[in-house]
Amino acid sequence: MKILKFLIVFVFFYSLIFSNANSSSQNEITKNLRCLICQGQSVYDSDSEFANSLKIVVKQKLDEGLTEKQIYNFLEDRYGKWILYDPKFDKNTYFLWLLPILLFLIGGAIIFKLFIIKKN
Amino acid sequence: MKIKFFPFFLIIIFLMIFFIFYKGLQNSNIYTPTIQDEKSIPNFKAKVFETGKIINSTQIFEEEKFYLFNIWASWCLPCRDEHSYLVELSNKKNLKIIGLNYKDDIKKAKNFLKELNNPYNTIITDKNGTIAVEWGAYGVPETFLIYNRKIVKKIIGPLNQSSFLEIEGLVK
Repeated sequence: MKILKFLIVFVFFYSLIFSNANSSSQNEITKNLRCLICQGQSVYDSDSEFANSLKIVVKQKLDEGLTEKQIYNFLEDRYGKWILYDPKFDKNTYFLWLLPILLFLIGGAIIFKLFIIKKN
Repeated sequence: MKIKFFPFFLIIIFLMIFFIFYKGLQNSNIYTPTIQDEKSIPNFKAKVFETGKIINSTQIFEEEKFYLFNIWASWCLPCRDEHSYLVELSNKKNLKIIGLNYKDDIKKAKNFLKELNNPYNTIITDKNGTIAVEWGAYGVPETFLIYNRKIVKKIIGPLNQSSFLEIEGLVK
């Protein structure tokens, strides 16, 4: 009897934790998806028909056991890169990702030249 | 001669940034997804509108045949505008029209078809919009021309005279 009680409690908490984990990763994923028919809103923030359908699809895919990356790939395949807020590092986005580093290096070099070399 | 490297470098950087933004200004700010040519249709299961029976997509779309897959709803006003084109296209012998009734009330959808005629060979329902997502659609109306289980053309928004003529030309 004790074992049965323990099992019931275990299953209850396990399902609770599992469903919470799934809903938090659902939120995480939908926050990184652009609502294509809204203006400047993520799927998570939007209440449009399109966004609501996407939320259901993300939940279904998580329940099917797909990983976050697989879900992004699935949606990118259908809607293109634009649906992702976080663009992948590839030949089309090299400049986008490297420009801040480049500007940082240039800024550092200017500061170095103006203040350190001149001081010496 | 000492070359002034920094001002020269800064000018180059500013010119590059100017050029990128200038090019960006010329781009359209209306997003249309890029459609890969000859993309295969998705596999899905759906309820048949009239009977409520579950049907697989492979049972709907046969090989070596033209299909027009139209996403519609009775609450969608542009769907009314394009309906006459669908009715006209339904007369074509080598084209089957499949309808996806999107987030709709069955009763209202039936009344819509009663009022404007039913051009569809088969209608399936999408109560929560997930089948439309499988197709990469993001609203109603949207139409896909399919041949050999591959998407030949995608029309976002209602059909008009030019898309109607295009479909007619492709199906011939």
